[in-house]
Amino acid sequence: MISVQNLTKYYGSTLAVNNVSFEIQKGTVVGFLGPNGAGKSTTVRIITCYLSPSSGTALVDNHDVQTDSLEVRKKIGYLPENAPLYHDMNVIDYLQFMQNIRKGKSGANGAHIKTSVERCGLNEVLHKSIGELSKGYRQRVGLAQALVHDPEILILDEPTVGLDPNQIIEIRNLIRELGRDKTIILCSHILPEVEATCNRVLIINEGRIVADGAPSELQASFEGRGKIQILIKNNLDTFLGKLERLGGVEKVISEGNSDGDRHRLTVETEKGCDLREEIFRLCVENQTVLLEMKREETSLEDVFRRLTGREE
Amino acid sequence: MHQVMVLARKEFRSYFDSPVAYVVITLFLLIAGYQFSTALFINNSPDLRSLFGIIRFILLFFIPALSMRLISEERRLGTIELLMTLPLKEWQLVIGKYLAAYLLVIITLMLTVIHYITIASLGQPDLGATFAGYIGLILIVGVYLSIGIFTSSLSQNQIIAFISSFVIIFVLFLLDKIVFFFPGFLATLLEFLSIDYHFNNIARGVLDTRDLIYYFSLIGLFLFLTIQSLESRKWK
Repeated sequence: MISVQNLTKYYGSTLAVNNVSFEIQKGTVVGFLGPNGAGKSTTVRIITCYLSPSSGTALVDNHDVQTDSLEVRKKIGYLPENAPLYHDMNVIDYLQFMQNIRKGKSGANGAHIKTSVERCGLNEVLHKSIGELSKGYRQRVGLAQALVHDPEILILDEPTVGLDPNQIIEIRNLIRELGRDKTIILCSHILPEVEATCNRVLIINEGRIVADGAPSELQASFEGRGKIQILIKNNLDTFLGKLERLGGVEKVISEGNSDGDRHRLTVETEKGCDLREEIFRLCVENQTVLLEMKREETSLEDVFRRLTGREE
Repeated sequence: MHQVMVLARKEFRSYFDSPVAYVVITLFLLIAGYQFSTALFINNSPDLRSLFGIIRFILLFFIPALSMRLISEERRLGTIELLMTLPLKEWQLVIGKYLAAYLLVIITLMLTVIHYITIASLGQPDLGATFAGYIGLILIVGVYLSIGIFTSSLSQNQIIAFISSFVIIFVLFLLDKIVFFFPGFLATLLEFLSIDYHFNNIARGVLDTRDLIYYFSLIGLFLFLTIQSLESRKWK
């Protein structure tokens, strides 16, 4: 559906996107993940024909964004960052306008406006001026605007910025629902958002794609040393000695006395090694009371931080 | 053309959705009317020549004020990004906005026809000269607006857009008033470049192609520059 080939974009002498290539299949929800200024918005702006690439190109449904841009634009519904809208217009007038300008002579199709209004929950504010609406409603108007022509591809640039937690969940649910029959690109720097809505993640850093795959795949491939946290009581010294000799254990870090004779320990294990059963048996053997045990999993957040160099 | 009309209609409505149109039209008519009625009794002659002079002067401020927000506002709000990712070409955007502003000014100008009616009840004004004068004014407005929309496309700051279009317009307006400082050849050139020289030709009732070419090429030039300035975003 979308094919980006060796895309490079310079702003003056600053390199924003550096030789990026990827393919997006029809019907997938792809998350563009990256820190601010990583090149997400620039990539998206090239796909939506707002900017031209310095070299390389992008194809949307086999139409080139540079030579066949009008066809590309017809297929895409786009919500730019911060949902820019005309503040002195009514919601319904605005949606009507956006649809009219997209339609050819054939005239507007009221049905799509109606469904997008319903999907975005705008029925109560249809006749209010956009300037009077709250941030959450404006974001929804922006989303409704991207849906008025029932596009095959939906591109959303940070759609949940500035929303309260309830609104964020509503928008995410909406994106998931839309993802059933549309191809969606979602730009975000918020990890849970991408984890919750996307079935593929592209992590972008400094203009390059540094990881590509399903959220679970990324977690699996970046799983490093395992970490097990335990809280124990009694016989600490003998337990520690035996624990360190256990196969697969790399390091035991004592976090000190938390409460009287209780000790919190972090056990670092070799990659892909689950020692929870062994630790339990060791406790029984040593007559140490095991109060808590928790295995830390690599989250997408760890993957993200490792790849984008935020972890020292 | 469909897109141009949709955009022009929206743009025209937005003048009347906000107080812009009402304030601007009222001010224009008040100033023009006041100046004209005082001048009328001093000149003591039944024609609209003094009205056209006053209007040409007011247009110097009026057009930059009206056109300054056309594109700069879209830039400030960021809505330009949305517009330019619609199946809409740059020229369609520019022409749509230009036509909407043009229509508003033509309506305002037409409201001053009331002065012709007043004068017609006092004496015998020259209908042909009046008609030619209005044609001339409409052409001037076309040039000024194209300059206004161009400067509006350069910046997201409306004040900068206002000042720069005012400066360009004022220079064009001033040229034929300073020709006597220059030697022959240069004087003719400056005269040809000035707005009012061509207006005076038309107001005499002579629709010469040279005057029309002058106006249309200025309009074409500035609209072309506006389109280029919108397209330049792609390469920045």
